[in-house]
Amino acid sequence: MSKLTDLTIASARDGLTAGDFTAVELAEEHIKAMEACRNLNAFITETPDIALERAKESDTRRTSGNTSGSMDGIPIAVKDLFCTEGVLTTAGSHILDGFVPPYESTVSSNLRNAGAVMLGKTNLDEFAMGSANITSYYGNVINPWKGKEGKDLVPGGSSGGSAAAVAGRLALGATGTDTGGSIRQPASFTGTVGLKPTYGRCSRWGVVAFASSLDQAGPMTRSVRDAAIMLGAMAGHDAKDSTSAPVDVPDFEAALSGDIKGLKVGIPKEYRMDGMAPEIDGLWSEGIQMMKDGGAEIIDVSLPNTEHALPTYYIIAPAEASANLARYDGVRYGLRVDGDSLDDMYANTRGEGFGDEVQRRVLIGAYVLSAGFYDAYYRKAQRVRRLISEDFMKAYESVDVLLTPTAPSAAFAIGEKMDDPIAMYLNDVFTVPASLAGMPGISVPTGLNGDGLPLGLQLIGKPFDEETILRAADVLETAAGFSAVPGGEA
Amino acid sequence: MSFIIEGDTGDWEVVIGLEVHAQIISESKLFSGSETSFGAEPNTHVSLVDAAMPGMLPVINEHCIEQAVRTGLGLKAEINLVSVFDRKNYFYADLPQGYQISQLYHPIVGEGTVILDLEDGTTREVGVERLHMEQDAGKSMHDQDPKRSFIDLNRSGTGLMEIVSRPDLRSPEDVGAYLRKLRSIVRYLGTCDGNMDEGSMRCDVNVSVRKVGETELRNRAEVKNVNSVRFAMQAVEIEARRQIDVYEDGGEVVQETRLFDSVKGETRSMRSKEHAHDYRYFPDPDLLPLELTQEYVDNIKAMLPELPDARKDRYMGDFGLSSYDAGVLVAERDTAQYFEKVAEGHDPKLAANWVIGNLFAVLKEKSVGIADSPVSAASLSKLLDLLKDDTISSRIAKDVFEIMVNEGKEAAVIVEEKGLKQITDTGAIEAAVDQVIANSPEQVEQYKSGNEKIAGWFVGQVMKATQGKANPPMVNQMLKDKLK
Repeated sequence: MSKLTDLTIASARDGLTAGDFTAVELAEEHIKAMEACRNLNAFITETPDIALERAKESDTRRTSGNTSGSMDGIPIAVKDLFCTEGVLTTAGSHILDGFVPPYESTVSSNLRNAGAVMLGKTNLDEFAMGSANITSYYGNVINPWKGKEGKDLVPGGSSGGSAAAVAGRLALGATGTDTGGSIRQPASFTGTVGLKPTYGRCSRWGVVAFASSLDQAGPMTRSVRDAAIMLGAMAGHDAKDSTSAPVDVPDFEAALSGDIKGLKVGIPKEYRMDGMAPEIDGLWSEGIQMMKDGGAEIIDVSLPNTEHALPTYYIIAPAEASANLARYDGVRYGLRVDGDSLDDMYANTRGEGFGDEVQRRVLIGAYVLSAGFYDAYYRKAQRVRRLISEDFMKAYESVDVLLTPTAPSAAFAIGEKMDDPIAMYLNDVFTVPASLAGMPGISVPTGLNGDGLPLGLQLIGKPFDEETILRAADVLETAAGFSAVPGGEA
Repeated sequence: MSFIIEGDTGDWEVVIGLEVHAQIISESKLFSGSETSFGAEPNTHVSLVDAAMPGMLPVINEHCIEQAVRTGLGLKAEINLVSVFDRKNYFYADLPQGYQISQLYHPIVGEGTVILDLEDGTTREVGVERLHMEQDAGKSMHDQDPKRSFIDLNRSGTGLMEIVSRPDLRSPEDVGAYLRKLRSIVRYLGTCDGNMDEGSMRCDVNVSVRKVGETELRNRAEVKNVNSVRFAMQAVEIEARRQIDVYEDGGEVVQETRLFDSVKGETRSMRSKEHAHDYRYFPDPDLLPLELTQEYVDNIKAMLPELPDARKDRYMGDFGLSSYDAGVLVAERDTAQYFEKVAEGHDPKLAANWVIGNLFAVLKEKSVGIADSPVSAASLSKLLDLLKDDTISSRIAKDVFEIMVNEGKEAAVIVEEKGLKQITDTGAIEAAVDQVIANSPEQVEQYKSGNEKIAGWFVGQVMKATQGKANPPMVNQMLKDKLK
């Protein structure tokens, strides 16, 4: 039998059902792996006791014939942006020092109700602001994939800890959140599958907010099927989130028919950017061919406002963040650094509690909303955002899904792009447009670059049509036959 | 009625606009399920949302929407079928989110009207610019500890309606009439209890002055901390005088926020320039635009109670009451209900006189509201029954009422116990009349020689002889007949 940590969620589920192993054994193996790979710094908080307790409960349920859901006994990691009852929740920030929520986020609660077993809370860029997982107060996350001469690479971000945990076989799946690419880009960097659902598909209740109109939780897994299973457990309407969509949750796994004959796949010409790395371009062409071989119809489309997406995103997301992060003021929870006056306390607490990137975005956000600049920045950005959405809806008149690269490069070394925020922001150039439009997107590992590092392609779908992108992603995954694993062992 | 302040350089008029914050009557808060009751132990009505815990999200309370729409309709205002919540950003220790959810750009209620009932019985229309919903902040307590401030979040997140008037008010009297009328309307509607002393209705007063005849508005000051109708009226007078003095000393009034100090009788500047706030309003991305259907609004409209203005018109039209009396009776719903109970089956004017005259005097003397009146509407009505069927005379009725107030007994019981029943028995009255005539030959002589004024003296004598119980018209008639 292969190692339990190499299983997919689907195969682990089958093994548990068949009685090949218990949930406790599965959890124990993952706890060992988690402890053995602390060098990756994938977890901020490990919760082995909780994992074993819940695994035991799962086994009891299974013995008595009442498994609780689609993920009963499956060990997963939870991004430390999800509030978890009784377990330290940090958002990767100093300012939430010692914060133990007395409540559980809807998504992590849904997973728990589906029987999933939480191994721990994964590292992330501070408040999910970053594309390399180098802004966390709890240190950088190391990508399990190594660069030339064994150089340490970033896992992407902001869900870098979740991506590293899944790629490094420390968890069968993990929750991520995606605001501008924070699930899809790290998935591409770590050779995993990352799905950002349609905005409104998963509840944001209990998820530490970065940019409310963009934040969306999604699964990070090692297969498309696993993403379908896990999304089914996470999703659902939640009356506690006014932006959660009152739509039914379909059986996503059932959508994986393997058949994309006649599927119309759009190739947006604006994603073919100047100076694009040949290996990315090459991978994209291969992906197009795979779709074609599967019987899909390839159609060239135009999303004319693509070039405005990144600047638009970097107005709207910081604007919302500047208000969302105002609550971290040292008054009620987390870090407090005293001062001579209330204003001093605010300045001291927020000055020490927030890292540079967070401070940069809060300042940008306050600036674009300030009197005299609001119309020129925020209001205009909202208008452009609408145009970007319209681009997608127009494209969907002639195609079912869009196929694009996920990221403009493979994982880079820790230290690169650190001093250049703009270069860092460009990481999200292919993922941000779908975020602004609220469209679902999935990254599928499709190939390796010249250095043997994974690269992903992204499928973007219609609102609340995750089924179609999962179906296409499943075909792409099979065609690509991506079997490489970090460290080189197959 | 014009309110003109004479200055050294000429006559000035005052221009006033009011922003009233009315706490919405609702069991739970605007965006959370916590209770809203007043006077609870600090920090006992605080949900995760109210405390702005990480990841918490607001969910609009539908009852508060209904209350805001109801209030808008009561102000005869247009209801905006689409409105949007915005975040108003500022830091303060009693504002946990670091922003207040409000409605800047698209309020739920647009232009409306409030009709002022002035002292002289005339009325005047004042424009309402808008009504929007917003969250209240918590409370900071600076007097509990020498070094620290304490925070109570019970009020945090409670729903408010901010009702903004046009600058249509011109005098302290207008301000008083506007606040009283607004309070009356929201109380009728059951959308706000209007208790300014408990802070459930608060107001900011925008004051500017200008020379009589000027049409442009000058710079205004926003006066805060005005927590009673009387203080609002005082604040206007004091602030207007201050501004006139500034102008007449050659200065300029700056647009600013000022604090009213009722003890010192002054207003003083509240915020320095370096704290000038930029609230960085933007639509709250946690909430979708609020969309209402016309049907929803129409349903609320159909269920509106009769409001003070309509009631006043009815009292004047159907009951023939004067504008002043009608205005006094409808101002409080409790009073109007009391009056209507008393008026039922009686002459409405008589009922109005009893309520406004005799009853109000007692309430004032005892400093109680009509809800705690020592004489219930039913009891007063029964007293009027005794008047109506001539069981007692009006004079005796006043005495009976006084006893009712003091002893809490029913009128009929008092009349019975004290034997106050009017004498309508012709024989008994005739005996008394004959007795008086027989005992007063001198006066009879005077009367017969043409001094008819003395008739009153005879009546008095007969009443005295009957302890005031003889029916006065019968006594009159009989004396007239016998002295012929």
